Amino acid sequence: MYGWLWRTLPGPAWVRVLILLALAAAVVAACFTWVFPAIAPHMPFNDITVDE
Amino acid sequence: MTSTREPVAPADAGARRRAPVGAVVVGVLGELLITLGVLLGLFVAWQLWWTDVVADGEQAQVVEDLGWAVTEAAPKPEPEAAPELRRDAAPVPAEPDHLTTFATLQVPRWGPDYVRPISQGTSRRDVLDVLGLGHYEGTAMPGAIGNFAVAGHRTTYGKPLNRVEELQVGDPLVVQTQDTWYVYRVTETQVVMPHQVEVIAPVPNQPEAQPTVATMTLTTCHPMFSARERFIVHAVLDHWMPVAEGVPAELAVGAQAAGGA
Repeated sequence: MYGWLWRTLPGPAWVRVLILLALAAAVVAACFTWVFPAIAPHMPFNDITVDE
Repeated sequence: MTSTREPVAPADAGARRRAPVGAVVVGVLGELLITLGVLLGLFVAWQLWWTDVVADGEQAQVVEDLGWAVTEAAPKPEPEAAPELRRDAAPVPAEPDHLTTFATLQVPRWGPDYVRPISQGTSRRDVLDVLGLGHYEGTAMPGAIGNFAVAGHRTTYGKPLNRVEELQVGDPLVVQTQDTWYVYRVTETQVVMPHQVEVIAPVPNQPEAQPTVATMTLTTCHPMFSARERFIVHAVLDHWMPVAEGVPAELAVGAQAAGGA
């Protein structure tokens, strides 16, 4: 998977490293902005109220 | 992932590069699992660190936007100037609309900088995860006879009730609304199961009783990083004071030291 990604990317090694770093940053940003806030309410460890 | 490097001879490149199907499947599966592990680690970092960064800023902004919230520690009042403590019936604000921030909480035990907004409602997505402390709808308002019940996060989203276990009996919980200070004092802490709603009854733990005094209750998760139980703090209204008359002595500089903190 990652081997395929590395071979598919164009350019010399340092360009590929830069592209991969940018991709990783984009994935982290997307997780922090959309994915994690969407799944956090379904996690069981954040409940702080008493209810029936 | 194929483990073999590019072959030198282009003629049999296709044949050499192709690893057995089983190895490819296992390789991809392994990479997916590693990726999942990294993402789970990221989620923990987001939950325990990033939500605090965001919520701390948001809650400080909410307090600032109120316009009337007193956040500066007051100079210690001169002994002769100390106003008489009012213990008669306190003014009670009307219960506001859902999401409305109507009060702040200051707790000298948690440091002079501790000021958090209290908003109406206890839904997580729009109140507790964003605005900080939430007032249980239908419970008493500050100063009212009955139980002013408030929930807050302990380990995430700005963790307004992070240090709840440090509270001692007698510690002041200072609530400010636009016009009035309410100084509650801690009477008891307890750990209960999440379904024990009697802790926020008008008379805490006595669901059938008619209230005769103004009490306050904080609820948060327990143990930390778990939702198995709830940590509960009960307090009773000690005195109140119009905001126009100054700042309660409990919040004065050095009050913590005097209070034995």
